[in-house]
Amino acid sequence: MASGWETVIGLETHVQLRTVSKMFCGCSTAFGAPPNTNVCPVCLGLPGALPAANEMAIKLALRAALALGCTVHAHSVFARKNYFYPDLPKGYQISQFEQPLSTDGSVTYLSPDRGLLSATIARLHLEEDAGKSLHDRFPRRTAVDLNRCGVPLIEIVTGPDFRSPQEARAYLLTLKQVLEYSGISDVDMEKGSLRVDANVSVRRLGETALGTKTEVKNINSFAYVEKALMVERDRQIALRESGGTVVQQTMLYDSKTNSVRAQRLKEESHDYRYFPDPDLPPLILSPEFIAEQQTALPELPARKRERFVAEYGLSLADAAVLTAERPVADYFEGVVRAGGADAKSAANWVMGEVLGDAKDHGEQLRVTPVALAQLIGLVKGGTLSHQAAKRVFADLAAHGGDPRAIAESLGLIQVGDTGVLAGWVSDVLGTHANEVSRYQKGETKLLQFFVGQVMKASRGKADPKLTQRLLEEKLTL
Amino acid sequence: MNDPNEALVNAKTAADRITKTRRLNACLTPPKELRASLVQQAAMAHPSGVLYGMPVAVKDNICTLEFTTTCGSRILEGYRSPYEATAVARLKTAGALIAGKTNCDEFAMGSSTEHSAYGRAVHPHDKTRVPGGSSGGSAALVAAGVVPAALGSETGGSVRQPASFCGIVGIKPTYGRVSRYGLVAFGSSLDQIGVFGRSVHDAARVLSVISGRDARDATCEDRDPLRLPTVPESLQGFVIGVPREYFPSDLDPAVRRACDRAIRMMRDLGAAVREVSLPHTAYAVPTYYIIAPAEASSNLARYDGARYGPRFNGSSDVRALYRETRGQGFGPEVRRRILVGTYVLSSGYYDAYYRKAQQMRALIAQDFRNVFDRGVDLLFTPTTPTPAFKAGEKVTDPVAMYLSDIFTVTANLAGLPALSLPIGRIKGLPIGGQLIGQAFLEDEMLEAAYALERVVPAAGEV
Repeated sequence: MASGWETVIGLETHVQLRTVSKMFCGCSTAFGAPPNTNVCPVCLGLPGALPAANEMAIKLALRAALALGCTVHAHSVFARKNYFYPDLPKGYQISQFEQPLSTDGSVTYLSPDRGLLSATIARLHLEEDAGKSLHDRFPRRTAVDLNRCGVPLIEIVTGPDFRSPQEARAYLLTLKQVLEYSGISDVDMEKGSLRVDANVSVRRLGETALGTKTEVKNINSFAYVEKALMVERDRQIALRESGGTVVQQTMLYDSKTNSVRAQRLKEESHDYRYFPDPDLPPLILSPEFIAEQQTALPELPARKRERFVAEYGLSLADAAVLTAERPVADYFEGVVRAGGADAKSAANWVMGEVLGDAKDHGEQLRVTPVALAQLIGLVKGGTLSHQAAKRVFADLAAHGGDPRAIAESLGLIQVGDTGVLAGWVSDVLGTHANEVSRYQKGETKLLQFFVGQVMKASRGKADPKLTQRLLEEKLTL
Repeated sequence: MNDPNEALVNAKTAADRITKTRRLNACLTPPKELRASLVQQAAMAHPSGVLYGMPVAVKDNICTLEFTTTCGSRILEGYRSPYEATAVARLKTAGALIAGKTNCDEFAMGSSTEHSAYGRAVHPHDKTRVPGGSSGGSAALVAAGVVPAALGSETGGSVRQPASFCGIVGIKPTYGRVSRYGLVAFGSSLDQIGVFGRSVHDAARVLSVISGRDARDATCEDRDPLRLPTVPESLQGFVIGVPREYFPSDLDPAVRRACDRAIRMMRDLGAAVREVSLPHTAYAVPTYYIIAPAEASSNLARYDGARYGPRFNGSSDVRALYRETRGQGFGPEVRRRILVGTYVLSSGYYDAYYRKAQQMRALIAQDFRNVFDRGVDLLFTPTTPTPAFKAGEKVTDPVAMYLSDIFTVTANLAGLPALSLPIGRIKGLPIGGQLIGQAFLEDEMLEAAYALERVVPAAGEV
C-alpha cells in the first residue's frame, strides 16, 4: 500500500438467524433443499397472503443486540423496502428503517496493528432475506429459487471504524465468535448465513474528513474479505494519486480475478421508498421479555477469557485459545470439574492432544472430559508416564473406554517396584561400561542417557523418577 | 337440526337467479361453473352450521379455492388461488355456500364498479346508473334478491357506499375485527372485509361468523367472534351524535330529508340526539388519497408477470416484462394510484405527503375519540352525498368520483365500525343512512341499526 494514506472501512453484515422456520411464515429454513420447495403463499407473496412474525427470530435478534451491547428499543417498526427484482416476490423486502430494533452497540476486538479496540455498532435490525437468482443454471436465462426468501436475518452496521482490511477481518472474526457462541447463527459464509458488504474510503494521513466511499459487495467468503478490501483500497489510492476522484458507487468483487468492477447504474435502486409495513404492528418488547433474552445469553468469549485467567490461573494466550470456541471452553471446564486434573495440565492437554485430535477428525472432541481427567490423574499419580498417557489418549479417542484399563491392557502401567527396576538398571549399566566410566570421571550429564536406556529396556514402563534415583545410587557406589 | 335438502334447494335457486340477472354483470363466475360448484358445495355443507345452506357471494378480491380470484383486473385474469381466505373458510365451516365471485372496481379502486376489466356492473333498479363501488357486484346481487348476503371489502367506503346506492345493509367492522388473510391487499392499514345483507340481521350473522382472531393476520385483534345483540325495544339511553360537517349546505336535499326523518325516529325511540363536530373531516379525502395509494403502490408491486397471471411480453428483458405486463395488465385508475403512491413515498416528498397524511389521520381519529369521550355512543350521518349516479357521469373525473366517498372514508382512516342502512328513496333510488360506532363496539351499533330498521320506511319516498 502506498504510504501517506489512511483507509477507512465500515461493515454491513447480514447474519441468518438460527431458526427452524422463516421470518414471517412456517416454511423451513433448511439449506440445500431442491429449488422452490420450502415455500408457501406467504413467502411466495401470493395475492392476499400476510406475514406473521416468528417469535424465535425476534428472540435471537434481541439476544444478538444484547450480546453486542446495543441499546434495545422496546418499540421498533417493520418497514417495507420497495424495489423490483425477480427474486423479490412481493416487490418489497420487509426490513426495519426509521425505528430499528437496536442501536449504539460495540464489539471489542483485537486489531493486528492497534491492539484491543472497540468497534461501534450503529444499528442492528431484523429483516427477511430475498430469494436467489441463478444466472448460471440455464443458458441465457435466469432461474429463481425462492427457498431462501423470507429467511430471518439481522443486519449489523458498524461505524467507519476500521483502518485496514486486516482490522475489518479481525472484527468479523470476533463478531462471528460472539454470534456462534450465543447460538444466534451458524455464521457460515459458504452457506450464505453470513454476508458482508463494506463501505471503503481513503484519505491522506492527518485528514479528519472522510473521503468519498464506495460500497463493496459480493464478498462471498471469509477468505476474500481482506483481499476484496485491499483491492478496493488500492484502486482508490491509485486513482487519487493519479489525480482522479472516487465516485460514490457500488463495486462488485470478483474472487476469480481478484478485482472489483463498478455496478451498472441501472442495477442500482436509488429510492427504496421505505415506509412502515401496515401488515405488521410495531414490535413491542416488554422489559420481562428483554430480561429473559439477556438471561438466555451464555457467557460471551471476552468475559469467559477473563474468567479463565482469574479462576484457573491461565495465561491470556492460553485462555484465548481455550475460549475461542464454545464447545472447547465447555470441554476444558468439564475436564477441570471432573476432578483429578489441575487446570494447567488440563489446559495443556486440551490445547495439545485434544485439539490436535479434533483437527484430524472433523472438529470432534472424541475423548470425554471425564476420561481425560482420569488420564491426567494417572500421570499425576505416577501410574503413567506422559509418553504412555499419549498412547492411551489415542486409544481412548479411537475406541473409548476406561483409561486405566486401556493402560493396563497395553502394558503401560509404570513399574515402581525397586526390585524390577534394579534388574533393568544393572542390565543397562552392564552393557554400557564405557559410558559408566565416563560418568564416573565427571560426565554426569550422561545420567539422562542411562534413564533413557532404562525406559527403552522397560518399554516405557519404568517410573522415570525412581529409575533416576536408583541409577544415581548405583553409579556413585 | 337443519333440513339436509335445504342447501341443495338454496344452491339451485341462487344459480337460477344469478343466471336471470346476468344483465347486471354483477357475478364474474360463469353460470354453468357456478351451478356445478354450488350443487357440489351443497352436498358437502355442514348441516349443523349456523349459516347452513346460505348462499353468500364473495367479492373477487377475496381468495377462494372454488373460483378464480381476479380482483376485476386483467393482470390476474384466470388466477386461481391455491389457498382460501380465512373469512371464506369460516363461511364454509358454518355451512354457507360460496355463491360465485362478484364484479368490482379493479383492485377495489373505484366507487362505481366501472373500473372493472370485465365491464361495469349495473344498478339493479336503474340500468343507467352505477351500483356504487368498489364492491358493486356484491351489492347488486343482494339488492336484486339473488343471494341473502355477500362479502365485500372496504378501504374507503367500498361496502357502505354501494349498500347505500342499492338500498341494502352494508357493514364495515372495526379494523382488526375480521382477518384480512386472503383479502387481496389494496391499502393494508385501511382494508377490511365487510358484509352486505338484505337486513341488518342477515349481514350481522355473516359478520359474526367471519370475525375473530386469526394468527395469520398480525393486524387482526386477539378477540372472540362478534356476538350478536338482541333487537332492542327502544333506543333509551343511547346518545346519538350528528356531526355537522356531514351535512354541508350543498347536500342533496332528498338525502337531507331522509336523514332528518331517521334522526327524528331515533329520537322518538328514546335516543338522545346531539349535534357534534369532527373538525378535521374536510381533510379526510385528501388524507385517504395519499395513504391508500401509497400502500397500494407497494402492495401491487408483486403483479409483475414473473410468477403468476398473464405476461404481456415474451421478451427476455425483465424490465420490459415488468413494463409491458404492468402497463397493459393494470387499468388507468390503478395505474394512476400506483403513480400517486410512488410519488408520495419518494424521498424528498415523503415528509410533505405521506408523513403529513399520517399526522392528519391521527387527528381525524382523535376527532372521533373526543366525541365518544364526551358521552356520545354512536354517530349518524348520510352514507353518501347523493343517491346512485349515472354510469359515465364521473368515470372521467377522478376527483368527483373520490368525493362520493367523502362521508365514508373517515371510518376507515379511524379504524371504526360503521354501517349503512336504507332510510328512504327518492324517485325510486335508495338513500342510505350511516351509523359509526366505537372501536369493537359493533354490538351497540347493530342494536341501534336493528331499532332504526324496524321503524324507518326504507322503501318510502322522502
